[in-house]
Amino acid sequence: MRTAQFHRLAAAALAAGAAVTVMAACTSSNSDNSASGSVTITVNCEPPTSDPIDRKAFVDDIATFEKAHSNIHIQPKDEFPCDDPKTFDAKLAGGQMENVFYVYYTDVAHVIAEGQAADISKYTGSVKGLDDIQASTLGVFKGPNGDFYGLPKTNYSMGLLYSRALFTQAGLDPNSPPTTWDEVRADAKKIAALGNGIVGYADYSASNQGGWHFTAEIYSQGGSMVSSNGKQAAFDSAAGKAVLTNLQQMRWTDNSMGSKQLLTIPDVQAMMGAGKLGMYVAAPDNLPTLVKQYQGSYTNLAIAPMPGDHATLLGGDGYMFNVKDTPAQIQAGIQWLQFENLTPGVGQFNYQRSAANGSPVGLPEPDLWKGTTATTDDQAKAKYANVPSQNDQSFITAMKTKQGDIEPVDAQQIYSVLDSVMSAVLTNQGANIDQLLSDASTKVNSLLANQ
Amino acid sequence: MVVTTETAPRPVATPAGAPRTARRRTRRVGTNLTAYALLAGGVLCFALFSWYPTVRAFLLAFQKTNFVGASHWVGLTNFHRLFADPEFAAAWRNSFEFTGIALVLGFGVPFVLAVVLNELRHWKTLFRLLVYLPVMIPPAVVAILWKWFYDPGNGLFNEALSAVGLPTSAWTNSTHTAIVSLVLVATWANLGGTTLIYLAALQNIPTELYEAAELDGANIFQRVRNVTIPQTRYVMLMLLLLQIVATMQEFTTPFIMTGGGPQDATVTVLYLIYKYAFVYFDYGTACALSIMLFIFLGIFSALYLRLTRNAD
Repeated sequence: MRTAQFHRLAAAALAAGAAVTVMAACTSSNSDNSASGSVTITVNCEPPTSDPIDRKAFVDDIATFEKAHSNIHIQPKDEFPCDDPKTFDAKLAGGQMENVFYVYYTDVAHVIAEGQAADISKYTGSVKGLDDIQASTLGVFKGPNGDFYGLPKTNYSMGLLYSRALFTQAGLDPNSPPTTWDEVRADAKKIAALGNGIVGYADYSASNQGGWHFTAEIYSQGGSMVSSNGKQAAFDSAAGKAVLTNLQQMRWTDNSMGSKQLLTIPDVQAMMGAGKLGMYVAAPDNLPTLVKQYQGSYTNLAIAPMPGDHATLLGGDGYMFNVKDTPAQIQAGIQWLQFENLTPGVGQFNYQRSAANGSPVGLPEPDLWKGTTATTDDQAKAKYANVPSQNDQSFITAMKTKQGDIEPVDAQQIYSVLDSVMSAVLTNQGANIDQLLSDASTKVNSLLANQ
Repeated sequence: MVVTTETAPRPVATPAGAPRTARRRTRRVGTNLTAYALLAGGVLCFALFSWYPTVRAFLLAFQKTNFVGASHWVGLTNFHRLFADPEFAAAWRNSFEFTGIALVLGFGVPFVLAVVLNELRHWKTLFRLLVYLPVMIPPAVVAILWKWFYDPGNGLFNEALSAVGLPTSAWTNSTHTAIVSLVLVATWANLGGTTLIYLAALQNIPTELYEAAELDGANIFQRVRNVTIPQTRYVMLMLLLLQIVATMQEFTTPFIMTGGGPQDATVTVLYLIYKYAFVYFDYGTACALSIMLFIFLGIFSALYLRLTRNAD
């Protein structure tokens, strides 16, 4: 063959090869070898290699599970973040979603509405202890007709995270954290009076996190974000005004919130880890982050229930099933999730392993269980606890009775609008709260009408 | 002298010529086939990642879609929604304000810097490197760095102002100073590239022009006005156009430094497009706004080029 001919053929082969590769890459496989009795499922949210301890635990769990279920093969997918809202819909629409895929509670209703999740009601009878999962958590994964579309992994509820050290320095009792917003304000003022750049209370106001905290705080004041049918904004209310007025007074009258605003989670966590912040609203999952990434210490940190007599914000994550899954894949997925996420003493509840790995044991959440399963889990947790859980006792006690409200529909869209309201109150001394709430309400109504 | 021209012999139409022509054509096709095969990759990439998305964006601007369910034609609804959104006017206002201030700082400062660098007799390379250094820092790193500088509590700038007894500023934390603060960041980060382009243009100016101006008694300002500016006019006009197009699409600094706040004071048009697409998941309205920005910048560029051409 002459060189020129060879080059032409090579170019054509290269182009054809590239086309085949592209087509192959765009085609997802659905491996259900029912005839041979084996089934393969893809599962996302494998811990990344940058987190070697959790990665190893996950891989070990897969090996243990596959040994016990020789007909099931788990193909984990390492993705970070596990659920990126920006690409979530594209993955769903493109048929690229795994057989068993990770979701936040806020995604569930949307995925069900789009018909992208398989109804697993027929198979949940095999889930041991399903009735012992807290109703508020399990309810998130139910569709309008009460059918099941997924299973929870973890849950969280918002509280007031505070620095015991700064409480002590300010002459406050670290064992008696504030229980009302008036007390938060008074304590923040005393902590800020310590000077040296110390801030009494901090709040978010950017990257949708301002709206998220506004939601937690309006729930604690007895308010709602949207009407009961989810079609209208409901935060332009006395409760909404109380949230913003309190923040405005702390920021401008008491000067207890510092001058740096437009804060997001890492900003506030860095302040808390550095011992420069007294309090902020957070879930207990902030505690290990503060210790691991920001040099905080479990003995100096504590979490109290959300101030106020009303509700707190609930959130969490779990897994749903691809609508294209075969019955065998759904059953295999349920067995895996039950093993990894919903069995005391196993998988994420293997406290013995966690303690041996140096991971924190004894944190208040996840708190999935009720009844006898809750008792079993609490006992195992207490046996291997390596963090001072007495610091969080008021939170643990309160959560047994405190009402928990989940995030509103189209939460991220609403939060984005309310970021502007939060930032206005925290950066503009003369901000008109009534006007801000009214404008935000109009915008949210427009967004909800477009859904 | 006799000049002879060598001409190619005219091909003779003989029966033997036909297969030779066919062979030549085959060879030409073969040569072109290789070129087409190599070209196909580039065309495919442009078609897939540039032309198709542009056409699709035009179509999506008139549709309601979430990319999961079916898309619906909605006419001008997406445009109506934009006009009813208070953030829409704010975003255009902020973008124009950003562009206006950036023109004053980002257009003038590099020119002055280039003139000064051009006049240097010693340490030329060092100073050029120092001016260009910020361009080598990734934009996200620049934004995070300046976020620390701007910290109203104990940031570098307020500490420095306090140290010399000057009043401090809220910088990005105030609706009054947020945009200017972002322009300063963008100017600092990008002026190195612009300065080097000006410098290259300055170095192409014949030294005879300056010598003649000096002989005529022109001082430095007169030399700049009568020699430097006219000689670099085309570079300046092109950079002005590019800068306006770029600053009207500012995104990184508000996205990282302020999240569009405080109170939407730094929401630019591109940031609002991002919000519609990836926060509100309203892809149709995001495309409608993209199309508006595309048309605006297209018309502006065409007018600008026409006016500057006419001025010649």
